[in-house]
Amino acid sequence: MQKNGPIALLFHALVVGFVLAPLVVICLVAFTPENTLTMPTTEFSLRWFRAVFEHPDFVTAFGNSLWLATIAASLSVAIAVPAGLAIDRYRFPGRDALNGLFLSPLIIPHLVLGVAFLRLFALIGATGSFLWLTLSHVIIVTPYVLRLVLAALSGLDRSAEQAALTLGASRFTVFRRVTVPMILPGISGGWLIAFINSFDELTMSIFVTSPATVTLPVRMYMYATESIDPMMAAVSALMIALTAVAMVVLDRVFGLDKILVGEK
Amino acid sequence: MNRSVATPWLLVAPGALLFTGLVLVPLVLTVVLSFLAYDHTTGIQDEWTVAHYVHVLTDGYYLAIFWRTLRLAALTTLICALIGAPEAYILSRMGKPWRSIFLLVIIGPLLVSVVVRAFGWSMLLGSTGLVNAALQAIGLGPVRLLYTETAIVIALVHVMLPFMVIPVWTALQKLDPMVEAAAWTLGASRFTALRRVVMPQVAMGLLSGSLIVFGLSASAFAIPGLLGGRRLKMAATLVYDEYMHELNWPLGAAIAILVLVANLVIMLAYNRAVEARARRTLG
Repeated sequence: MQKNGPIALLFHALVVGFVLAPLVVICLVAFTPENTLTMPTTEFSLRWFRAVFEHPDFVTAFGNSLWLATIAASLSVAIAVPAGLAIDRYRFPGRDALNGLFLSPLIIPHLVLGVAFLRLFALIGATGSFLWLTLSHVIIVTPYVLRLVLAALSGLDRSAEQAALTLGASRFTVFRRVTVPMILPGISGGWLIAFINSFDELTMSIFVTSPATVTLPVRMYMYATESIDPMMAAVSALMIALTAVAMVVLDRVFGLDKILVGEK
Repeated sequence: MNRSVATPWLLVAPGALLFTGLVLVPLVLTVVLSFLAYDHTTGIQDEWTVAHYVHVLTDGYYLAIFWRTLRLAALTTLICALIGAPEAYILSRMGKPWRSIFLLVIIGPLLVSVVVRAFGWSMLLGSTGLVNAALQAIGLGPVRLLYTETAIVIALVHVMLPFMVIPVWTALQKLDPMVEAAAWTLGASRFTALRRVVMPQVAMGLLSGSLIVFGLSASAFAIPGLLGGRRLKMAATLVYDEYMHELNWPLGAAIAILVLVANLVIMLAYNRAVEARARRTLG
């Protein structure tokens, strides 16, 4: 393995600085005792974190996002696992078309999905419905789960399943006791990626949320366009902290590079 | 129908129903909507018209926004390639603990909400932000950065960089480092080895990274919304305004469909390029 030269390392340091700069600034400004977006210089204060928890809009939006992401991720697993099994193990007419349909939300801009959902929901009278918002999130996150499920299935050694069948297990028992445990890393990794994507989604959600179902990113976007005070920095710092925790968990359990980069 | 023939259909049925109802149907409805006439006092009419497309493709106001969208997305893609490819190469040559640590640092921000990252840049680039303070310290400031195209591109590059690093990194993983060393041994200069051995391997990663970055940048919403202000619109913020402020849904739908079509055309062109390349390498 060749070493990186000094110029390469300097370049690397600049890139890392560029990547971390906005996140670091947010975390510092969140602790300011002032009323404006300034760096705390002499003292650190938790007043803006207290302000966040006393601001019902953010608390409600956080609750909405948490529920939404949990339900959407779970539903997408419930859809992607059987669909993945069918696509991986069977050859049937329409298989490629369905696979393409399930992955299509990856290449349709979220903006387009947003206006499309808005039109549908307006026509069927579902605007402001939490259920339909959840289903729209299921559409957006299912491709990620399906990809991980398909990757897990294609790397699976089928002999354990065959052994269980030979020993008299029913097909459902084999699925429950053999197949699912073996692809569990793919399923749970997919669930987490789905959760994070749903929790962070803005561009589509901003078209289909109502004041009652507003999610945290939409609430934050609205807040940032209307007023800028350190409360926004405090909410952002909390989001960064939560993400960092999720990242460490993901990394310990699955290896984050495996999930994000998609290596096997 | 016997059981084994029905099984795959039963397994995909829930997904197929949901995706038909919530992907195909809404898209068709939106295409239909974009051809419906609109009246400012009575709303959406029942008459068919291509007026919205004609309007959007001939009016200088919309054309300027489309041109800005394409220009900034292309610039973002170029800068991401210039930063992302060397960075992926440097990462791939790092030693054991650092490599995975810095890979996490570079791609980890993907998991942080775009709103948060855009907000971070709006603080950094504001008139009293750190960037201006630094520029002033070396006698170059203050410069108006926030609500300019520069601010949009800086933040877009920040958000899109992981999407460039990941495919290039993946492509580099397939390259045996000994091949580059072999080129040196055989008398190639470092630059020649980089150009003739590493670059061809990186090219496919760069191509797919560029595609993702361009597509996502061209339809980016939060970054132009928060860093471009009300004046500097891009395609996504334009559609949002048409829907939420002008309430002219058919016109907004026409713009959204144009964004979708442009996206799909670029994808197809990319697939052609990949196939052409595969044919060349196979001889």
